[in-house]
Amino acid sequence: MTREQTRKIEGFIALLLSTLAALLGLFWLVFILGDVLVHGIKALNLGLFVNDPTPPGVEGGGLRNAFVGQLLITVCATLIGVPVGVLGGTFLAEYARGRKIARLISILADIMVSVPSIVIGTFIYAIIVRPVGHFNGWAGAVALSIIMIPVVLRTTEDMLSLVPWTLREAAFALGAPYYKVITQVVYRGAATGILTGILLSIARVAGETAPLLFTSFNNSFFSVDMNQPVASLTVTIFQYAMGPYDNWHEQAWAASFVITIFILLLTLTGRLIIKWRYK
Amino acid sequence: MLEQIELRVKGLNFYYSGGIHALKQISLQVHSKQVTALIGPSGCGKTTLLRCFNRMHDLYPGNRYEGEIHFVKDNILSPDTDLISLRSRIGMVFQKPTPFPMSIFDNIAYGLKLKGITRRTELSEKVEQALKHSALWDEVKDKLNASAYELSGGQQQRLVIARALAVNPEVLLFDEPTSALDPISTAKIEELTETLKKEVTIIIVTHNMQQAARISDWTGFLMLGELIEYDRTDKIFTAPSEKLTEDYVTGRFG
Repeated sequence: MTREQTRKIEGFIALLLSTLAALLGLFWLVFILGDVLVHGIKALNLGLFVNDPTPPGVEGGGLRNAFVGQLLITVCATLIGVPVGVLGGTFLAEYARGRKIARLISILADIMVSVPSIVIGTFIYAIIVRPVGHFNGWAGAVALSIIMIPVVLRTTEDMLSLVPWTLREAAFALGAPYYKVITQVVYRGAATGILTGILLSIARVAGETAPLLFTSFNNSFFSVDMNQPVASLTVTIFQYAMGPYDNWHEQAWAASFVITIFILLLTLTGRLIIKWRYK
Repeated sequence: MLEQIELRVKGLNFYYSGGIHALKQISLQVHSKQVTALIGPSGCGKTTLLRCFNRMHDLYPGNRYEGEIHFVKDNILSPDTDLISLRSRIGMVFQKPTPFPMSIFDNIAYGLKLKGITRRTELSEKVEQALKHSALWDEVKDKLNASAYELSGGQQQRLVIARALAVNPEVLLFDEPTSALDPISTAKIEELTETLKKEVTIIIVTHNMQQAARISDWTGFLMLGELIEYDRTDKIFTAPSEKLTEDYVTGRFG
């Protein structure tokens, strides 16, 4: 066999292996999405969104409490996490630019991004749920916001760093104080990037179960009181999927479907914004 | 002709944060309502000198000035200079156009808003005035709400000049304003400096000696951080006193 033939065979083997690996990965993704789609759509009906759960074993009922609770916790987490993340990122990219402290916080934030979410859940359990004495919605929102902060912070820092320095100098040269340079010029230049980061961070926390299990827990009744346990889709899916009733299973499928679509849309919106920005 | 002095530089030394001695004992007088050009080979300190006039170096820690620059009667290098008011009196235009990521109108209105002007009618009036001043009005009057990034490079540079003019500065600093532009846009900006000097004092850093000769009244030649010669432009280009200046303007080096 000549050298060239050997090379061709080696090339073919490499191509074959990597294609197989890619297909294997894709297979599971399509399998999961397809399964959620098929089962989810079957169980999907209007009653799911407008009714609250019925007692176990009783047919019918819906997950209104979980949809509203999920929305409430996610919105509260966003309201806490986004300002902290954006301002923190601003500090790193602007006020502390080039200083050791900025580098250190950046690295810590990168580590925070990969901390298992259940660790954050148990942490909040210890510092909020235990002292308060019971599970509550705020604890869930805080846990999710802690997951969001490093993501938003790093995106903001990166996006602000991409804004050219000459633009800041031009604003300074007009006699603008630094905070106005940042809020009126630099933020504008980085707005789409930061917005994308925020959307992706919401998508990231919207599917979390572990931190909520230890914090907001679950609630079978409709409640918007953040001082009490609040239902969420992810914890409900966990509970219903493990439960013994068929209609629970169906509703868990439907909830999985809804939350998957929601996250898919958020991610797609984020991608579209990036595409639109850099067109 | 009685000429007023706008800026008086006395024994100016400037050190960058690493300790580099970038300007050495510079003394010169910038004449009011005239165009002063700063020329010299790359790295000679001409941009560094320009950026002393609006204290741009203060943005970066560790930079140090010595000496004095008198603007009207205050020493602007003194630590208690209000940089915000200084920079609204001494405007700056950069090498690359720096439009802000906002509409054409908002770009011009930006400096005005910083000065506390918020009435829409007054803003519109001043924006129009500034755009007419920088000879851009006819090209953009129908699309004031379009993004400034839609303009060509030359138009962007005139937009930036209009933005600086809108706040009525006494001095304009031009840092190689045409080096990123095509010849036609360059010609427009050169014409503009001619009309602008009726109202503002202009200091321009340029790499292009023909440009300095064409548009300036006074020229300073710098080399290795020293001001070799400073005189009327025609004298610098026809009968310089220093051998170094002659060699540079005749293209023997640089």
